[in-house]
Amino acid sequence: MSDAPPSPDDPPTDAPATDSAPTDAPTADDPAADDPPTPSETGADPVAAFDGAEMDLRPGADNCYKCTACDTSCPVAEVDDEFPGPKFQGPEQWRLKRKSDESVDASIMDCSNCMRCDGACPSSVPLSQMHNVARAEYVDEELSPFSRKYVRNRVLANYGTLARFGSRFPGVTNALMGNRVVQAITERLLGITAEREFPAFAAETFRAWWAKRGGDAASRERAREARRERGEAGETKRVAYFHGDYANYNTPGVAKALVRVFESFGYAVCVPEQRCSGTPMFANGMLDDARRAARVNVETFAALVDDGYDVVCSCTSCSMALRQEYPELFDIEGIDRVAANTYEALEYLRIHEDLRGVLDDAEVDAGDFAYHAPCHARNQGLDRQAIEVFRDLDGVGVEDVGPSCSGISGTYGWKAEKYETSMAIGEEMFEHMEAAAGETGMTECPTCAMQMEHGTGYEISHPLELLEDALV
Amino acid sequence: MAIRDDVVVIGGGLAGTTAALAAAREGASVRLLSMQTSTLRHASGLIDVLGYASDGGAGGDRDGPLVDPFAAIPSLPADHPYRLVGVDAVREGLALFDEAVDGRLRYFGGHTDRNALVPTHGGTVKPTARYPASTAAGLAAAPGDVLLVGFRSLTDFDAPLVAERLSATGLPAAVAGVTVDFPKSFRDDATVTRYASALDADEPVDRAGSGAPTGVRAALAATVEPHVERTGADRVGFPALLGGDRPGAVRTDLADRLGAEVFEVPMGPPSLPGLRLEAALTAALDDAGVRRTTGDPVVESEADGGRVETVAVDATGRRVPYAAAAFVLATGGFAGKGLVADRRTVAEPVFGCRVPAPEDRTDWYDDDPFGDHAFARMGVRPDDRLRPLDADGAPEFENLYAAGGVVGGADVAAENSASGVSLATGLVAGRNAASHAPDTP
Repeated sequence: MSDAPPSPDDPPTDAPATDSAPTDAPTADDPAADDPPTPSETGADPVAAFDGAEMDLRPGADNCYKCTACDTSCPVAEVDDEFPGPKFQGPEQWRLKRKSDESVDASIMDCSNCMRCDGACPSSVPLSQMHNVARAEYVDEELSPFSRKYVRNRVLANYGTLARFGSRFPGVTNALMGNRVVQAITERLLGITAEREFPAFAAETFRAWWAKRGGDAASRERAREARRERGEAGETKRVAYFHGDYANYNTPGVAKALVRVFESFGYAVCVPEQRCSGTPMFANGMLDDARRAARVNVETFAALVDDGYDVVCSCTSCSMALRQEYPELFDIEGIDRVAANTYEALEYLRIHEDLRGVLDDAEVDAGDFAYHAPCHARNQGLDRQAIEVFRDLDGVGVEDVGPSCSGISGTYGWKAEKYETSMAIGEEMFEHMEAAAGETGMTECPTCAMQMEHGTGYEISHPLELLEDALV
Repeated sequence: MAIRDDVVVIGGGLAGTTAALAAAREGASVRLLSMQTSTLRHASGLIDVLGYASDGGAGGDRDGPLVDPFAAIPSLPADHPYRLVGVDAVREGLALFDEAVDGRLRYFGGHTDRNALVPTHGGTVKPTARYPASTAAGLAAAPGDVLLVGFRSLTDFDAPLVAERLSATGLPAAVAGVTVDFPKSFRDDATVTRYASALDADEPVDRAGSGAPTGVRAALAATVEPHVERTGADRVGFPALLGGDRPGAVRTDLADRLGAEVFEVPMGPPSLPGLRLEAALTAALDDAGVRRTTGDPVVESEADGGRVETVAVDATGRRVPYAAAAFVLATGGFAGKGLVADRRTVAEPVFGCRVPAPEDRTDWYDDDPFGDHAFARMGVRPDDRLRPLDADGAPEFENLYAAGGVVGGADVAAENSASGVSLATGLVAGRNAASHAPDTP
């Protein structure tokens, strides 16, 4: 991989034509190897039903029996009476479009991509997939690339590109982005709210620290030492870390905590070149950008999986993208192998190590935390994980502030026209945080953390940082 | 390796929740695996035990509505789940429920063995053993004439039609129905939770004419009051949307303003009484120390020597294994996907437990839509400890117990027994599973 920063202008070397037929190890009994299957053959599996360039969402739409469980779980619909809700954005709009040449309704851009509807549906309708597809179509067909909104969304979606430049001179960038005048200009020009303070870039990126520390080779050595101490000599334990952009540029402390915790359990950590997971791109309907990023990530991590690595993430939206959105939206060689071998970091340790036993014997002096479970943690079955893990640890109290959404949903709450909605959704979480004993917040999601800090003024920690405190 | 607990319960509905609470009460460490947000939010919030009884014979004749469900249990067919676990387990299941909701949500009915008759949005009366406080003033046996109020924007509740049907059931009281405009307008097809949150917060509305802002509760009372006066009703029933978090406060406020008792009529999904019950039972699970893992379906199991060792959940291809000393299968019936059928066979997909079904598929159902359908009684067939049995009548696994809709032998829809079966079998399955736990401190 070259060092040149990937940008939205990257030449689309990944010609979309290759998306037309799955190339993922077709076998004789793989229906995708022959003719495109009909919906009745594939049941509800949307990926197996790829039909030419467009995926077939009919089985998903047909599964909807209009119970509106999704609408009652939607945080945007709860505060915005104009928003038609996930049932309309998904199956209903899909059906409407079959009959006539209707364009996608503009309200699709009010969906925050929290994906809670997926977990509420009793009938396996792939709601978030339908929303992602509709949003991409809307952006492609209805939003002029020269419009302020398109430019703003593209900039936000490609935050990693921005961060790559900004973090070269963190002091200057932080001073600049924290300047009220600059903020007023970005609001006026781009529609990025001036109410929020831009997250500061770290003085040293995680990758710079990693390189200085000796990279993968040094990690192998540390891991070997740890295994020797643990009496596990001879074993091979290794993970590939998908850190994403935020932990690299803004919160390297989280990434370092992951490295130290995994090394203490004897895992050699590998930190390959990678791009943004694509989460902000899906959420802004920039599927071409997301596909380019996904291609790089899948190629990189599939090769590591083939070499015996498991993939770990510290951000629950990154793990969600690798596990669910990639296979739902793209067709890249190795995509299913990556999905099947990707884990959230604590989840990985819970499965592969005696984390409960280790924490039972450990102790910290950490006080109380008000924990918020990110929406994207929910569909991965992780919303109660931090509560469960730390209840076995002495010297800390971690309290769940409830099932509500933080409201920021990545880039959503950064948009000037969405700011009020975002804060209205977050209100319940802010109240519960203030009612909780702890005055420090905790969450796995970097943008939930921004919202928690913005709404309460609390400092926000990551479960991996507490785990590092306890174990290393 | 796998994530390990003493007991793993699969299924987050009423049966799974009950099993988890029962096992935790025995001192076991318990994990509850649920593939989605709980199905409790789709249910009415009513807790039935037995409303109608059949001896299982041909023709589908049923007695009922039953006055005393407990008295009818001994004459149910021998393979009915109530007969397997016994009347005492039914009572204990209800006691566990009462204890779990106590202090979180007010339920009535525990003072008597007799069924209460609660009006439904279909215009029927449902025999039920426990009912939320919000429905209490609506009971068929309660004194006073009834006015039902529906909203033009909420097509699921046609108050005049419901009133007509309720009158036809022979209710002693006079029942009238009226449709009015909800005083605050939302977008078309707004959810019931939107109405509820407006009432919870007493959101302001512009009163027509004066332009002075007023709360939505006062405006609603002002809209309904003339109809109360016109009909002389003593009790006013609304579709179940009188508040999400604070149903008692909304109801009391409206009752004071109307000078009449106010009650909710349970609705279809998504159901506010169901959501409230889900919140209460979730809090009970957390207080009992049950570890909840929600969002991924259990797709496979591993057994060794007649013992289930692990189950694995699937999240888009990735498998996460959970190990335990014993497991409870509470995955529901056909609607809950705990049972699946193709054109030839019926199966229980997680453990592959035997689900008996007639050879000829035309025998799976009765030609009379309200007849005695074989499919309605399909499910795993357990012993009296609730271990699913194989074709030879031996337990499929020594440490697997079944509870709720996945257990066959009851036509819970026709009997009005779904909740009671879940509570009774959940209690027994959870308790028996906990007996496998290594000595707990």
